[in-house]
Amino acid sequence: MAETQENAEQKIFVQNRRGVAGEAWVWFTAMGLTIGVAMVIGLLSLIGFRGLKVFWPQRAVVLQLQSESGSTQTMAGVITKEQEKAGHYEEGSEKQIEWQIFQGNKEVLGLSYKFVDYTDIQKVEYPLNLIRVERLEYGDAFGFPVSLKTPDGGMIDAGDPAFSGELAKAVKQATRVRKEIKTIEKKQIGKINYAIEDKKIKLKGLERKQKAGTAEAEKINAELKDLFARYEILAAKARQLRDQSAGYVLVYKISSGQEKNLPAEKMVDFYFPNQLNRIERFQRFCHRIFHFLADEPREANTEGGVFPAIFGTFVMTVMMSLFVTPFGVMAAIYLREYAKQGVLVQIVRIAVNNLAGVPSIVFGVFGVGFFVYFVGGSIDQLFFADRLPTPTYGTGGILWASLTLALLTVPVVIVASEESLASVPNGMREGSLACGASKWQTIQRVVLPAAAPGILTGFILAMARGASEVAPLMLVGVVKLAPNLPIDNIFPFMHFDRKFMHLGFHIYDLGFQSPDSEAAKPMVFATTLLLISLVVLLNLSAIWIRERLRKKYVVGTF
Amino acid sequence: MNTMTDDLKKTEPKTPPVTVGQETYEKHDQSKSDVRACITVDHYDFFYGKTQAIYDAHFVMPEKQVTAIIGPSGCGKSTLIRNINRMNELVDGVSHTGDIRIYSQSIYDPQLEVTELRKRIGMVFQKSNPFPKSIYENVIYSLRVSGQNRKSILDEVCEMSLKASALWDEVKDRLHQSAMSLSGGQMQRLCIARAIANRPEILLMDEPCSALDPIATAKIEELIYELKKDFTIVIVTHNMQQAARVSDMTAFFYMGNLVEFGETKKMFMSPEKKQTEEYITGRFG
Repeated sequence: MAETQENAEQKIFVQNRRGVAGEAWVWFTAMGLTIGVAMVIGLLSLIGFRGLKVFWPQRAVVLQLQSESGSTQTMAGVITKEQEKAGHYEEGSEKQIEWQIFQGNKEVLGLSYKFVDYTDIQKVEYPLNLIRVERLEYGDAFGFPVSLKTPDGGMIDAGDPAFSGELAKAVKQATRVRKEIKTIEKKQIGKINYAIEDKKIKLKGLERKQKAGTAEAEKINAELKDLFARYEILAAKARQLRDQSAGYVLVYKISSGQEKNLPAEKMVDFYFPNQLNRIERFQRFCHRIFHFLADEPREANTEGGVFPAIFGTFVMTVMMSLFVTPFGVMAAIYLREYAKQGVLVQIVRIAVNNLAGVPSIVFGVFGVGFFVYFVGGSIDQLFFADRLPTPTYGTGGILWASLTLALLTVPVVIVASEESLASVPNGMREGSLACGASKWQTIQRVVLPAAAPGILTGFILAMARGASEVAPLMLVGVVKLAPNLPIDNIFPFMHFDRKFMHLGFHIYDLGFQSPDSEAAKPMVFATTLLLISLVVLLNLSAIWIRERLRKKYVVGTF
Repeated sequence: MNTMTDDLKKTEPKTPPVTVGQETYEKHDQSKSDVRACITVDHYDFFYGKTQAIYDAHFVMPEKQVTAIIGPSGCGKSTLIRNINRMNELVDGVSHTGDIRIYSQSIYDPQLEVTELRKRIGMVFQKSNPFPKSIYENVIYSLRVSGQNRKSILDEVCEMSLKASALWDEVKDRLHQSAMSLSGGQMQRLCIARAIANRPEILLMDEPCSALDPIATAKIEELIYELKKDFTIVIVTHNMQQAARVSDMTAFFYMGNLVEFGETKKMFMSPEKKQTEEYITGRFG
């Protein structure tokens, strides 16, 4: 006995001389963490930098080019990239550099982006009077302002000190009118259109029942007539507004020397990129971010904002959470608190865990087959038969999308909830039962509050997963463009049958389905940054709630 | 526990029924005719699956007195106290023969809801288990689950129970703070307050002081002395001195058998069984 002890002591001594056993593993674990953290920080800072750079008003240049053949050319725009020329690299020769220029004026030049050889550039200038105009169509324009035509037939020369102020006024007025027209068209006319459609469907239903000529049908016809009349009035009003706003026209000269006219109602915004000081630059930066967040997309999503996509993502994630949490938690309570722990329960548990590993597209296919065609189709047969063959619920929509994602994330919630229920000390349950509480009262009043922080952890994980999932959504209701939001001011306010836009799908659409991928690239970064920020924001709010709960119930650690 | 009872089966396959308690109690009853029987354990056997944990226990605990149950670990004393309010039914595969009666009513009466039974019997556990709620909500928990929501009544009960458990002065200014902010001793007194809030007839205490320091222990012992005016108390303890200090009657269990039951004073001065004497004097256990 004494001998072995001595041996053991000797062994410890030897180990100490070599260094503490397992020291290397500590380094390995630290290395793993470091690599992970570095990757996350690298990715986030790349997306953050490229995403925010989109909004920064860069200085614009005018380049004098002379190609090898001797022809000269003037070009205006923003330098977006400097890179080594690909393909023409020969042994021994110098590296050739090329610049990527965003030149705008798509309607004249065809492509927004162009590469120029560094060697061809004769002169680089930053003229103060270069103007950059954001337009409703054809993207941005670069040019030198010539004059502003006023509605009364007058003309303000670009050299006039009042020119800039007048132009700003004209754009502001045009924006206001555009907003008014949009209100009329979208809110009021939209409401009437909705009502007209409703009445038409009712008429169709009556026809089907062979009551076409009855008093009821006549009444609906009369109502329809009234609605059409109201529609005409509103449409006339919108037309009038449109005519009113016409008048101001900006005349400018693009880099090739061509003179162009641009009516003010086609302008969104303008600025002189080389006249801004730092504070003005920052103001414009914030201004552009605001419009990116609050506006609707234009020009096949490559211009304008992403508000419908933000809203769609948000509503879908919240709906998914509302579906998944009660179901997941109830399932976990039954599994942990009521079910007799045996082979069957173990099989169920394994099945639930494996469900989390099923590829998400499979859930999408299931969503189409079950929710859309079977459930939605049946709902249409039963409640919306008059509208057939146009499907109402029998096609992808935000309801089916959130249910599909709920299905996808339910294992996460079940597993996390079960873990947290299991970690509630048994003594607490006994204490409650000994007070004369029933089993359900015990779960409701003691176990669930104590397990709430852990359940919320599962909820956070599920939400993060759901908000960033794209593949299944493409099958069950996400579309490229859906200006009608799923929640609006038209009764019944929530239209869960509507298709919707989603930031994740928006990224895919911009990056890979866009006609001018180069032009869409900045938007891809900006949208990615936004999606990540939205997920982080949702998570942070859930974490905040969890911390508050944890303070309230200081028990257990999750 | 299982191995111990298995050992017992091997060494003493047939244990003679021990009825000492009954006799002792009758003697006791003759001397004090005003004392009523409260809990009657009537030839009670208890099994975890096929393992027997209690062998034909038979004794009577008097009303408004403190009965201490002592014995070495695994002797079945905790099993017994947890059967008085049927807490052991939470364990799968338990069974029993014989009966336990509160006054004249059997706790296994099918007419009697187990929640109703537990409302009549308060229980304090070895490890204090306050709920993750405020002090106030902890104390009135049993009223809440009975559907009592009148604030005036709840406030009154809360104050009364906390005073009875000698905690009122320490917590009266922070009733709505989390119970988890209390110290260990305070938590245990809070659990006592919670157990007596419903005015039960019986208070079961399963080693209430084993996780406490001597000062907190002394406070709880004092409290037990006060509480026995209103409640019949059954206490399981490992601490011989504690049993001697707080209890009126003592039951000594060994390997699932009730070895001896009697007045504490008498039992500690002149135990009838040799086993009891050896245990009390610390020669085994």
